[in-house]
Amino acid sequence: MSWRNFLLVALLVAAAGMVLPRVLENPYYFFAGYVVLQYVVIATGWNILGGYAGYTNFGTSAFFGAGVYTAAFLIKAFEAPLLVQVLAAAGIGMLLGLVTGYLTLRIQGVYFAIATVALVVVLETVVHNSDYLGGASGLTTIAPPAPAWFAGPTQYVFCVMLVLALVAVGIARAIEHSWVGRSLRAIRASEPAAEACGVPTLRMKLAACAISGGVIAMAGAPYPYYASHVDPLSAFSLTIGLNALAMPLIGGTRSWIGPVLGAVLLASVQQITTVTISSEFNILAVGLMLIAFVVLAPEGILGLVAELRERVGRRRATT
Amino acid sequence: MSISRRELGKLAGGISIAMAAPAIWTSARAQNQPIKIGCTVSQTGALAGTKNSQIGYELWRDNLNAAGGLLGRKVELVIYDDQSSPAQVPGIYSKLIDVDKVDFLFTPYGANLTATMMPLAKQRDKVAIGILTLASNDKVKYDKFFQAAPWGPNGAEDWARGFFDLAQTQGVKKIAIAAADTEFSKTAAAGGKRVCEQAGIEVVSYDIYPPTLNDFSAILRNLRAKAPEAIFLCSYPPDSTAMVRGLTEIGLPASVRLFGGGMVGPQYASLMQTLGKNLNGIINFHLYVPEPTLKFPGIEGFLAEYEKAAKAANVDPLGFYIPPFCYAAGQIISEAVKATGSIDQKKVADWLHANPVETIVGKIRFNELGDWTERRVLMAQFQGVDDSGLDQFRKAGKQVILDPPAFKSGELVPFAKARS
Amino acid sequence: MVFLDLALNALASGIALGCIYALVALGLAITFGLLHIPNVAHPALVIAGAYAVVLANMRGIDPILAALVLTLPFYAVGLAFYEFYARAFERRGRGNTLQSLTLFFGVSLIVEIALVVAFGTDLRSVSVPYVGRSFELGLIVLPYRFLVPALLAPAVILGLWLYMTRTHSGLAMRAVAHDERALSISGHDPVAIKRHAFGLATALAVLAGAALVIVGPVDPFAGRVHLGRVFAVVVLAGLGSIPGTLAAAIIIGVAEAFVTAFLSPSWAPGVAFAILLGTLALRPNGIFGTAR
Repeated sequence: MSWRNFLLVALLVAAAGMVLPRVLENPYYFFAGYVVLQYVVIATGWNILGGYAGYTNFGTSAFFGAGVYTAAFLIKAFEAPLLVQVLAAAGIGMLLGLVTGYLTLRIQGVYFAIATVALVVVLETVVHNSDYLGGASGLTTIAPPAPAWFAGPTQYVFCVMLVLALVAVGIARAIEHSWVGRSLRAIRASEPAAEACGVPTLRMKLAACAISGGVIAMAGAPYPYYASHVDPLSAFSLTIGLNALAMPLIGGTRSWIGPVLGAVLLASVQQITTVTISSEFNILAVGLMLIAFVVLAPEGILGLVAELRERVGRRRATT
Repeated sequence: MSISRRELGKLAGGISIAMAAPAIWTSARAQNQPIKIGCTVSQTGALAGTKNSQIGYELWRDNLNAAGGLLGRKVELVIYDDQSSPAQVPGIYSKLIDVDKVDFLFTPYGANLTATMMPLAKQRDKVAIGILTLASNDKVKYDKFFQAAPWGPNGAEDWARGFFDLAQTQGVKKIAIAAADTEFSKTAAAGGKRVCEQAGIEVVSYDIYPPTLNDFSAILRNLRAKAPEAIFLCSYPPDSTAMVRGLTEIGLPASVRLFGGGMVGPQYASLMQTLGKNLNGIINFHLYVPEPTLKFPGIEGFLAEYEKAAKAANVDPLGFYIPPFCYAAGQIISEAVKATGSIDQKKVADWLHANPVETIVGKIRFNELGDWTERRVLMAQFQGVDDSGLDQFRKAGKQVILDPPAFKSGELVPFAKARS
Repeated sequence: MVFLDLALNALASGIALGCIYALVALGLAITFGLLHIPNVAHPALVIAGAYAVVLANMRGIDPILAALVLTLPFYAVGLAFYEFYARAFERRGRGNTLQSLTLFFGVSLIVEIALVVAFGTDLRSVSVPYVGRSFELGLIVLPYRFLVPALLAPAVILGLWLYMTRTHSGLAMRAVAHDERALSISGHDPVAIKRHAFGLATALAVLAGAALVIVGPVDPFAGRVHLGRVFAVVVLAGLGSIPGTLAAAIIIGVAEAFVTAFLSPSWAPGVAFAILLGTLALRPNGIFGTAR
């Protein structure tokens, strides 16, 4: 897909999203859709570092939680509008990404993954001990009313998340198709080799950490508006960290579309199972699906599609 | 990625039909369709220990339907698993309200989960019954919210006040407070501190510890030097167990006369059985104990039915703590609907604000925030408990009510004596 | 005097806690440290082990004794599971960290739900004669429910270390972490060695489960709170270092105990992980790891 087509599709999706609240009356789909889109942003952000550069971030919820609490703080302190919250969260996320990058410059592979886990616990402890942010009880964040066009706050926050998702995917795609993406892929293949070929590996890693952190934090920013209440357990939830890994894997990590597909698929399944299977078996279904995917499609949907194409091609060639 | 325009059209058509279908279906329902009540139960995750609440709801539904239903209509429950995660709650409640079209709501268990659905309930104007949620309505101030648990007015500050009233009558001058870093415990601890300041009791130490801590020796040791006469502890089941064990392992300062207050855990059968006689002397909050002063009509029958259902469902065999209040939450709705002869939200809410409700946990009157007008959190002391198992707790005299005075069923035994 | 009392006891309970953390982390030190399989399901398996011990204890069997016997079936489960895992990817030659993480994430969900279905969600505990009593030595008072499982850790670790350094199959297990191809050239089947190692790690889960359930009651989701910490221990130790696991776990346990005693309990978890972050920044291969 060329840039022009991509922009066209993005604009169409955005326009469709803006019209949707006027067409679709039932608010539930916006609640569920919000969660799915939130994971699109998270998975896309994760993939910039985890997929392209091959640095597994195990502590996605640290960045997400930082975004959530930045927004909650801004609501409490200044009643700041959502746009300001999102930008501030992205800024804090990038900063946090940079700090993580600096701290872990010399660490690779699993050590990096664990360092990010430590980051989650440290941040969560700080929030727990901060009375201003509500500590363990959390903070009720009653957001200002939504613009009239959007029929309701959920529709509004859904549309905001849709725009964020498009921005995130745009960033990921831009990186993938530029020299930055090539450098990151070189780092993934072999860091010393990349360095030898003149790739400024440290600087590229820092950039990837910062951008990835910024995008994930951005996904957290609308959460206080969506849920009206933030608490450390939700903001720094293990589920977010694990989903952030599972979604790109299910979709495929090589291209920007992979995390999008994975997030849409897994988040939808999670949403559907919670409201259809009214027992603990909803978790079981998700667990089985994850295992099935890893076993049957280890390179994700993208890998599966490529394999199928190859097979069809071969069959055509033989007949 | 290449999707042809025709495929895209088909996809869009399919999606819009799928999305519109539930709406068409629900609007076509006739008047004799069941009355639906929706909620989430934490069947998985950290709060899964509370899933016996579902039995309370189901027994209420079954009894009501056996007696002919409500306004001649059957009653139906719509229950989903919230995975103990507040982030899941808004979406699920929107599903309940907007897709399943439930008529009334129960909240999830506890305040953190409930906080994320209150604005939604208010926005959609649905009567919601609070399930042991503390101070959930203090900020939102929703006029159709009613609390099933007896925290009383100003619950955040006062729900454990009974402990401090006892401390005052016992002439306690120095108190130590320790609380798990969770919403319920911290609220109680902060409230307790304020009560002490008003009453002139000195708070000699105030510790907030992470709920994952399982070694309390340091906290107990730190207390020794401060010689408190009472220890107010707000803990969750694992740390309650650790703390009760710490009583014999590390020992309390000899000055301590009252111990307990806000421990969650010694209400659950599994822990009561495990801790056995180690519980003796502890004064702790409870919502129901089988004492003669609490013989509300229907409660004993309920507990007998519960015991059978609990065995089949592999949950807490006693069910004193949460399930009766879930049954009562159902009764709050069914009594109001019967009295008003309608499921009109405003009529039901107005009636509940104006009239007392008879339930299996007693007669409830609501104030303007939907809290009970009277606090009836029990402070009960474990007395004469042995290691013989669960059955002893079904009899009166093992958990003696000391406060509120109106329900008092026995005398306080000094801590050291009760444990010897 | 009060200071000395607090400090000595913080040290004692910190070491005891550390030993218990080490037991929980030990299985992971093998799967993750040696086999490079990020088994995020390990804490869930530990809890499954704890439940197995609870079942045996209901028939009056001592938890540690039960755990020792139960290591056999758990070892078998580990073998079977590794076989599945190896068929799923390793023989296709494309297993990577991300795939294994996702797979084990799924496994841990399934283990948790299986426990819920089989045992319900109530807290379960074991009864042992020494619970509620303490070991006393001068100023130090240490509850037996910490001391007994804590003593299990050095014993298990010593045994494991001897096995790894003195026996043929133990050496092969360490070799597989370093150079799989060289090992297969020398006539060993790397898959069989890895399967054995995975079985061993799973067997260790039941010992850790026994330790946890002696300390305090467990519920099916209790593994989640340990996940971060056990990974931290393994990495702090330096991947694959068995004695390092004990030392790293004790460092974390003592740090937590001292923060609890002298600063504020609410900062305890954060401080332990701050140590980890600092260590990683300064010594990327862990305290006891060798540079690679």
